[in-house]
Amino acid sequence: MTPEAPRTTTAPHPRGRRRPRGAGRAPAALLLPALLGLAFLVLPLLGLLVRAPWSALPGLLTGPEVWQALKLSLLSATLATGVALVLGVPLAWLLARTDFPGRRLVRALVTLPLVLPPVVGGVALLLVLGRNGILGRWLDAWTGVTLPFTTTGVVVAEAFVAMPFLVISVEGALRAADPRYEEAAATLGASRLTAFRRVTLPLVAPGIGAGAVLAWARALGEFGATITFAGNFPGRTQTMPLAVYLAMESDPEAAIALSLVLLAVSVAVLAGLRDRWMSTP
Amino acid sequence: MTRPVAHPRAGTPALDARLTVSRGAFTLDVPLAAEPGEVLALLGPNGAGKSTALRALAGLLPLTDGHLRLDGAPLDSPADGLFRPAEQRPIGVVFQDYLLFPHLSALDNVAFGLRARGLRRAAARAGALPWLERMGLAEHAGHRPAKLSGGQAQRVALARALAVRPRLLLLDEPLAALDARTRLDVRAELRRHLAEFEAVAVLVTHDPLDAMVLADRLVVIEGGRVVQSGRPAEVARHPRTDYIARLVGLNLYQGTADGRRVTLPEGQALATDEELTGPAFVAFPPDAVTLHRHRPETSARNLFPCTVAGLDLHGDRFRVDLTGPLPMAADLTPTAAAELDLSPGTRVWAAVKATQTHAYPA
Repeated sequence: MTPEAPRTTTAPHPRGRRRPRGAGRAPAALLLPALLGLAFLVLPLLGLLVRAPWSALPGLLTGPEVWQALKLSLLSATLATGVALVLGVPLAWLLARTDFPGRRLVRALVTLPLVLPPVVGGVALLLVLGRNGILGRWLDAWTGVTLPFTTTGVVVAEAFVAMPFLVISVEGALRAADPRYEEAAATLGASRLTAFRRVTLPLVAPGIGAGAVLAWARALGEFGATITFAGNFPGRTQTMPLAVYLAMESDPEAAIALSLVLLAVSVAVLAGLRDRWMSTP
Repeated sequence: MTRPVAHPRAGTPALDARLTVSRGAFTLDVPLAAEPGEVLALLGPNGAGKSTALRALAGLLPLTDGHLRLDGAPLDSPADGLFRPAEQRPIGVVFQDYLLFPHLSALDNVAFGLRARGLRRAAARAGALPWLERMGLAEHAGHRPAKLSGGQAQRVALARALAVRPRLLLLDEPLAALDARTRLDVRAELRRHLAEFEAVAVLVTHDPLDAMVLADRLVVIEGGRVVQSGRPAEVARHPRTDYIARLVGLNLYQGTADGRRVTLPEGQALATDEELTGPAFVAFPPDAVTLHRHRPETSARNLFPCTVAGLDLHGDRFRVDLTGPLPMAADLTPTAAAELDLSPGTRVWAAVKATQTHAYPA
């Protein structure tokens, strides 16, 4: 460690090395809005903690409705993540490793649900997979399966909204992984599928894990597409966010309690991903 | 080292290729032939097309023209629309930076090819272990590549390529990633393994020493074409391009021979000891040149006025770059250099004895 060179603009500080460089020199025109922005993001969450009915919490959370909603949310978000993994990883591979006409368009379409209002996604799903939808009609006629307003419908809506997160994350990991490892596998006699399974997948496993957690968190919080496509039936399609929204009208304390649970889950996800997403160089 | 081997199609070499790859303005067009047990080195400057040739041999890049046959079986034949990709070729490749799979142990890296051929994990490992033992790496079998030294990683890469018993072994700058000291050991060891290897080996390198030590035959590529090929000693003695002359440290000139005289296009004439007529090369080593501040009384028949362009210490010798009617490099002892008091711009006379030049037909 070389000692810090004395600066002409600031007096030597006894603990100068521990102090972030230039923290004292931030102009007020930037510092003020920055602090306001921070407060804007943090205060509502603090409010949630302050107003939480801590003593009544155990009772509220163990009530059958809450428990039901929580169970349904965890189950559907996990299943939606599974669907996103099974379909999204190969899709990410296709986008990252192959070249076909219209690849850029496909990539844009894949990321569209990221920016699409979820309600619009729900409407679109209804039009295609609804009982009278373009595909739903045939699904109903041939298999008797209808998706809307079922738990499966919840999974479909959540997967629709969450999968792009996974695809983007995995595609990024694939692009960062050296494709020459796949060439090395090929020279050893591995087919492209074997190379993918035994070389590429292990190499991008951290990216897949991060993408899956991200998709799972997004699915857990999904509201718009779910309520539009799957409705709001307690025990069947009423997930946590839907229960929170409904409880705000009838039982605000329960809504706060439910919100706390979702907040705790979000913090846990962030903690789990902090090495990948929170550490900026 | 070439051994006669029973062959399915007598008269056809085991490796029989004409590698033609067109890529925009660059065209590679290299005929190659080798027998089992032979080690071929593709030598050339950066951008000459060596790597393209290696990728075409490996099946990572299809030919645009020409053909590639191994042991009589076609691997690539654009005219017939036939292309067998890398995973269907009986090859082994040692990549420049080895490309050991970072998530697998050394043993599983070596076992990878056997597993890809359908062996169960235990059987593949059992087949891989002897190769690690041969490389003296049995105690590192469980280590990930990140824990191996450069020389160890290189040997694991070689074991991985050999474990599938390839009919064509390809090595891409196998020593380039090693530091000078490791390089010496690994080169000697690689030479031993290549000598034991029973099929065709093709080595790509830009290092003449690697090529000379490891290969039975050199194929020198420049600008996508073969400019010279032959046994290493032959190529080193009779360079045919400036690139090789510089690699082997010779001054090289091309001109027209008439008896014991070779006239260069610029009008200079070099006296030689060999009787020749027609287009010819003349080569002489830098230490055959003696330098003088004044025109010397010398028996040397080749005497040229020169100007010092630069000085460089090469080991225990001074390498002097000379410009003038006949540009050349001269090697001097430090004592001689000090006595001559040379510096860039100094005008000197360079003398070369005819007996120390070597002329051969172009």
